[in-house]
Amino acid sequence: MGLFILRRLGVMILTAICLTFVVFWLTNLAPNLEKLAKTQGNARMSDEAVISYLENRGYAQPLPIKYGQWMGLLPGYVIEGTDGELRGRCAERGQDPTDAPKFCGVLQGEWGFSTRFKEDVSKIISVRLGHTAKLMGLVMLVMVPGALIIGVLAGMREGSRTDRTLSTFSIISTATPEYVSGVVLIALFGTATFGMKIFKGNANSAMDDATFENFTLPVLTIALYGMGYIARMTRASMTEVMTAQYIRTARLKGVAFRTIVMKHALRNALIAPFTVIMLQFPWLLNGVVIVESLFSYKGFGWTLVEAASTNDIELLLGVSVVSVFVVLVTQLISDIGYVFLNPRIRIA
Amino acid sequence: MESLSWTGAIGAFMNPIFVITLACFGLAVVMQLVMSFFAEPMTLQSNADGTLMQRGGMFGGIERITKVAFMVLIALILLYVIAGVLLPYGKAGIVGLMAKRLLPVWIALVLTYTLSIMFKRKLGLYGKLFDSTVGMIGFGLVMFWVFTAIFAGGFDMLVTHDPLDQISGLKNKVPGVAIPDGNEVTWPHYLLGGDNLARDIFSRMIKGSVIVIAIAPLATLFAFMVGITLGLPAGYFGGRLDTVLSFLANLILAFPVILLFYLLVTPEIVATGIPSFMAAFLFVFPIVFFAVLLNSRYYTQPSKRNPMLIVVLGILGWLYLSLISQSGTVLNFMPDALDGFDINPGILVVFVSVVFVNAPTVFRIVRGLALDLRTRDYVAAAQTRGEGSWYIMLWEILPNARGPLIVDFCLRIGYTTILLGTLGFFGLGLPPESPDWGSTINEGRKLLLIVAHPALPPAAALLSLVLGLNLLADGLREESLKD
Repeated sequence: MGLFILRRLGVMILTAICLTFVVFWLTNLAPNLEKLAKTQGNARMSDEAVISYLENRGYAQPLPIKYGQWMGLLPGYVIEGTDGELRGRCAERGQDPTDAPKFCGVLQGEWGFSTRFKEDVSKIISVRLGHTAKLMGLVMLVMVPGALIIGVLAGMREGSRTDRTLSTFSIISTATPEYVSGVVLIALFGTATFGMKIFKGNANSAMDDATFENFTLPVLTIALYGMGYIARMTRASMTEVMTAQYIRTARLKGVAFRTIVMKHALRNALIAPFTVIMLQFPWLLNGVVIVESLFSYKGFGWTLVEAASTNDIELLLGVSVVSVFVVLVTQLISDIGYVFLNPRIRIA
Repeated sequence: MESLSWTGAIGAFMNPIFVITLACFGLAVVMQLVMSFFAEPMTLQSNADGTLMQRGGMFGGIERITKVAFMVLIALILLYVIAGVLLPYGKAGIVGLMAKRLLPVWIALVLTYTLSIMFKRKLGLYGKLFDSTVGMIGFGLVMFWVFTAIFAGGFDMLVTHDPLDQISGLKNKVPGVAIPDGNEVTWPHYLLGGDNLARDIFSRMIKGSVIVIAIAPLATLFAFMVGITLGLPAGYFGGRLDTVLSFLANLILAFPVILLFYLLVTPEIVATGIPSFMAAFLFVFPIVFFAVLLNSRYYTQPSKRNPMLIVVLGILGWLYLSLISQSGTVLNFMPDALDGFDINPGILVVFVSVVFVNAPTVFRIVRGLALDLRTRDYVAAAQTRGEGSWYIMLWEILPNARGPLIVDFCLRIGYTTILLGTLGFFGLGLPPESPDWGSTINEGRKLLLIVAHPALPPAAALLSLVLGLNLLADGLREESLKD
């Protein structure tokens, strides 16, 4: 088991390095750097001005060197610019670059400086992640129990009318992406068009003070899309368990149906959905980006969109490291959890 | 011209009936769900004369009400459509006019269904689809949009206005609004109202289906070609090849899709030519697939193989070269006389990125199936006969994996549609005036809190298409498991 986790960790780190390098490469392509210079400097910069702007700020160095500096493996640049000003990667604002520490990268815990928000990347990400965690926590609280109940109810009597009704519901919910359900929900309950204005169609105020009125719609929008998928997986696993030998034996012994479901079937039926729920996290990230843009809730997903559309390199790298980390850790947890839940499986 | 109401003259007596039936149906469904916890399980009783009798009681009664109410609902909807088609202009309101406008689609649907049901025993898996209600509903929804796209895109029927025409005074107007006098127009009303730029929402929704129906299945097909060509050897040979390919697939899958889209589908990246190179790489796979497919089967009969390969590779190669050679991008090497067509670079980059996102998942599915199937007896038999590896993979394993692959293909078209919508929602790739559903939802949502109606028709359209594909996949799965 220990070896397995170690190996997985190794693969994880390798994946993270590859992915950040790809992001680094794509964001450092010449047209993207030009866009960055123009949004940071001014939009009508001449070509020479763009080049000197990039050279002065270390963007013109070769790609592997820049990546090494970001990682903290190579010393940060200290460049005397064409305008005579001395700039250093590691210098805090107002600090003399010659006094600054030599290395400042991810390995030293420095995530860089956001060109969009003019703030430290680590600070932005931690604040934004907090907002998103609040959203995700509530989504999980609504989605997981709801999906499990629907799945178990549908799966305990396969082919019954209850099963048909609930399965139809879960198919409809998987077929409704967040931007469709969000738009429909806002139109229904957030505007006066249909005379049912119960909630707010904007969650901006929910960042400081989440209430039933302003937070229901975003939570519901994400939860609905994920719910159907988990419910279908739970249903599949429940129907499989219900046809097992030991369930038949229990029925033949005359055990009441409710006891069979609660005591014999449920535990075994919940192993498969556990992995599905864990693997659902990266999916939720997608939904979070859409819902946060739709409801203008300034969390992690909103930050991703902002960073990507302004080519804010270091913020984008920070965001991708976090999201890759989420994906890989949930995969690891789902593998380990699967072993713990199912005693028949052993990983050497 | 007067503005239209939703159901016009027939609404006066039809609407109350419809609402009451709908309420009955909803109530019965809820009752049935609640009662299923208390009622005895449904049992069939066999009588002495060999007939079956269903248990009645409260539960049975409610079940019957649900069924009848559902049937009445369907009949009422049909009635709305038929009344709309038969009654003169405007008498059956917006719903009736839309039904009338979509008449070619209804005719095509009825023809498809009659023919398919008549010959369903001779049509294999496709025919069996008509044994399952779910599959039939799903197929109907999908074919509705397919026919709409064909008629609207191929013959320029169905749309009432040009999707880009703006008529002043109709900005954000409600559905059924009449066009002000003095405008030279083809149609006197905006059936679903006007959008933020005073364009006809109905026509834009119809035109949007053309883009979605053209891109989504084709992109899925390409993703399948890539996934199959790489997944089969990975699963069949295993070893280092499998390790490397799986690592690459997981690498792409670990990317959040939206981040990938934001990195790939921007004008800056298009300017660097990366999408063109990716297209050049990804579109090779279908050619490789067909070349290997034919060669592995007919390499013992060169007289048959050579002409076949020359024709197939010639056509595919020409398509490939004219596809990747685009004027105005880095890859522009074909002389104009030979270059068959140019695609809008916006659509190409959307297409490439959707294929790129989908291919690793297909790869994983195919790899898993190949891992499972390579231990079967028929594979061992083929190996003993001395068949080549590629023959075994493409002519023994692949046909036997078709069931799950067809089902996944349907589901994946739906997922691709959702991805296309996501791209449109973030305003990536396609030009902003494009009528595709994602872009129109994005347009509509900006003013959603003030005017709600522009965003709803494209949302409903996208939902119904994806739902149809999901139901179709469900029906296919059910039917393919039966034998």
